[in-house]
Amino acid sequence: MKEIKASTITETVARLCQEANFFLPEDTLEALKKARKNEESPQGQQALDRILENAKLAKDEQQAICQDCGVAVVYVEIGQDVHVTGSYLYDAIDEGVRQGYEKGYLRKSMVRQPFSARVNTKDNTPAVIHTEIVPGDKLKISVLPKGGGSENCSRLTVLTPAKGRQGIIDFVVDIVNSSGSNPCPPIIIGVGIGGTTDKTMALAKKALFRKVGEPSSDPEVAELEKELLKQINNLGIGTMGYGGRITALAVHVETFPSHIASLPVAANIQCWCARHKEAIL
Amino acid sequence: MPKKIKLPLTDDVIKDLKSGDDILLSGVLYVARDAAHKKMVEALEQGKPLPFDIKGQTIYYMGPAPAKPGQVIGSAGPTTSGRMDTYAPKLMAVGLKGMIGKGNRAQPVKDAMRQYKAVYFAAIGGAGALISKSIKKAEVVAYDELGAEALRRLEVEGFPATVINDIYGGDLYAEGKAKYQVKA
Repeated sequence: MKEIKASTITETVARLCQEANFFLPEDTLEALKKARKNEESPQGQQALDRILENAKLAKDEQQAICQDCGVAVVYVEIGQDVHVTGSYLYDAIDEGVRQGYEKGYLRKSMVRQPFSARVNTKDNTPAVIHTEIVPGDKLKISVLPKGGGSENCSRLTVLTPAKGRQGIIDFVVDIVNSSGSNPCPPIIIGVGIGGTTDKTMALAKKALFRKVGEPSSDPEVAELEKELLKQINNLGIGTMGYGGRITALAVHVETFPSHIASLPVAANIQCWCARHKEAIL
Repeated sequence: MPKKIKLPLTDDVIKDLKSGDDILLSGVLYVARDAAHKKMVEALEQGKPLPFDIKGQTIYYMGPAPAKPGQVIGSAGPTTSGRMDTYAPKLMAVGLKGMIGKGNRAQPVKDAMRQYKAVYFAAIGGAGALISKSIKKAEVVAYDELGAEALRRLEVEGFPATVINDIYGGDLYAEGKAKYQVKA
């Protein structure tokens, strides 16, 4: 049994919230540079140059890359031999979000009673927290600030099993096509297939944590990712929707077995500003 | 080379703007997003004046990050314009001439742009730090209680933007996509 203090978790989350918002991760940067190299559209090239310049500026000045500092999505993988002491894990995470967003001059975007009053909670809490119990005695925290513009383009459906692979392609490509410039392309698409409806969207979100462009370890799934990326880039939407060859940087697909009657599919859309930061305690 | 455009816009300037034009804006902008739009349109519906004279002005759809000490404003990139579509024609009807945001506009907004001779620009979504450097002055004009969503007045120099919809029906999103689409 390993003990981890709640105060350590708070400090870590506060730091990760800031770092994720200031420093675009290396995998995202590399994918954007590759997109710049492959883009033919002059307007797309200019927009990608500005995106890369912006990332450098944010890093140098430790300023938010994007003013939408997102919902703080926090994934915690808890080793089953870990014991959190001092306070409740979720409170410790929320306190970290509170401190990180305040200290980092990050925008607070959470509103309470979303269907009516929509009053800002003023500290960007509560975080959206996902926990997973894993073997071992480590605790891994990943923070993914998720912007509203791209999240709003995410969709879920349940296909009949007869629709199969083609049904999935049609569904995902249509989402990207109808979203056009709204989600700040070039985007990353997290796709969940299988499970129940809640599980499939969780898979789609989790797919966004994968290193940008890293293919699935399952060859059949990797082939589907490749086909989706090709068809999405054939849409011509381009960076910021100005027209171009690169509409998406990557498609990541995660699968799970499903019921004999169902083929649930979810697409979680991520803007080019794919921020994430991890720590292992 | 980008066209340098002075704000507020005039009809003479607007008639020369075409979809796809690369622009640097300088002058005065007003900032409003979801909640401020709701309040402004409610005021109009109740016959009350708006918090600023909207005639000829440009509204930037944006909610900034807080300014660090010594900064004019925090990161300040555009938000998705489509959420303002229900309000935009009502503001164009009382004199709004320019909108800056990102993303698709609904047909009634495009129709209103042609009718009232107004233009829609996009700024680079997510480039909040870069755009903040072109903002030289920022002040809250109204609705302070809305925080990041308050109505603001900005003075900008060399604010980078692209014309999406012009007054002739031009639409860069449609034109750009048609140019690069690969048909299966």
